[in-house]
Amino acid sequence: MEEYLKLFVASAITNNMVLTQFLGLCIFFGVSKNLNASIGMGMAVTSVMTISTLLAWAVYNYVLHPLGLEVLMLITFVVLIAGLVQLLEMVIKKHAPALYNMWGIYLVLIATNCVVIAVPITNAESHNGFITSFVLAIGSGVGFALALILMASLREKLQYADVPKSLEGLGISFILAGMLALSFFGFSGMITL
Amino acid sequence: MKNLWDIFYKGLFAQNPIFRLALSLCPALAVTSNVYNALAMGLSVMFVITANNVVVSIFRKWVNPKVRVPVYITSIATIVTVLILTLQAYLPDIYKELYLYLNLIVVFAIILARAEVFAAKNPVFLSFLDGLGMGAGFAGAMVFIAIVRELFGNGTLMGIQVFGASYDPALIMILPPGGFIIIGLMIAAFNLIGQHQDKLKAAKQGSDA
Repeated sequence: MEEYLKLFVASAITNNMVLTQFLGLCIFFGVSKNLNASIGMGMAVTSVMTISTLLAWAVYNYVLHPLGLEVLMLITFVVLIAGLVQLLEMVIKKHAPALYNMWGIYLVLIATNCVVIAVPITNAESHNGFITSFVLAIGSGVGFALALILMASLREKLQYADVPKSLEGLGISFILAGMLALSFFGFSGMITL
Repeated sequence: MKNLWDIFYKGLFAQNPIFRLALSLCPALAVTSNVYNALAMGLSVMFVITANNVVVSIFRKWVNPKVRVPVYITSIATIVTVLILTLQAYLPDIYKELYLYLNLIVVFAIILARAEVFAAKNPVFLSFLDGLGMGAGFAGAMVFIAIVRELFGNGTLMGIQVFGASYDPALIMILPPGGFIIIGLMIAAFNLIGQHQDKLKAAKQGSDA
């Protein structure tokens, strides 16, 4: 149990997907302009990541690995995740319109995103077990959401700041992300895996 | 002839994938802490983008527009798999170091974007040039970032000592936070140059009129 807790904290904070591994930067900079959008996106990423990781784990361990078809891993995962996202979108639209209004549009954006596909690949590469894969997916998702929400809160404040013209937009956001990464870096000695 | 050159050249500066279009930023930060890795990653992306442009362009008349995105993604995934297997066989060190990011080439927005914007509408040779130009712009930007980061963060270039032993390296440059800050400043510099050029152009037009 303790081991899984450690893994969770490590994947959410010390090995944060965005701030230490630079995954999912497109979403990180694209959707962090306002807080509500970033909360919706964080939820969407966490849930899609968890479901797709479990599905990918099953496919890899019960289909690809026994058949010796590890070569097809990449193609399978990409198609799997894209299909899953489409399916989720349809189901949510039909059965939970309120939820769909809240974060349905973000689902499409994450169909082919590096942050979602990185976790299944990591799991397959290091032959993680079912629970480890699950914890890693949730931890990474929560870490991503955390970074996204923090960034959005910072950027909302930034609108009132007087930024040099050439730094406006993406430039200052990157520097802000650097500061955020620096603060997350302070946790780095906390847990070593 | 000039036209062909333009197709190649626009990827280098005017539409540089990293600094101008801000696409595919993940690898720009993740593997640029030393020049060697950045070069390997840049060339890999260049290969994938060019090969995929050619494939998409060859089949552009047979692919139904409704299913084009899955077709492109399958094509990219196949090319990336070929690339990874090749690297695994011939350059195992690079493969080990870059494993995760090599896999992630499959979801780089820039590759899909070029297929959709250019290769799907243009003949094979032009698409090949476009891929080559965009790939070169990408690789160039990666190496440029890596040179700055490795030089100041470690005092070396491609592992060769440049600044001498007395140099006290600014470690932050090769750590993740430094990557963000460096890229932020570089984007600002690119914007500054762009604004300056626009101003010159406007001034020139003003004097012409």
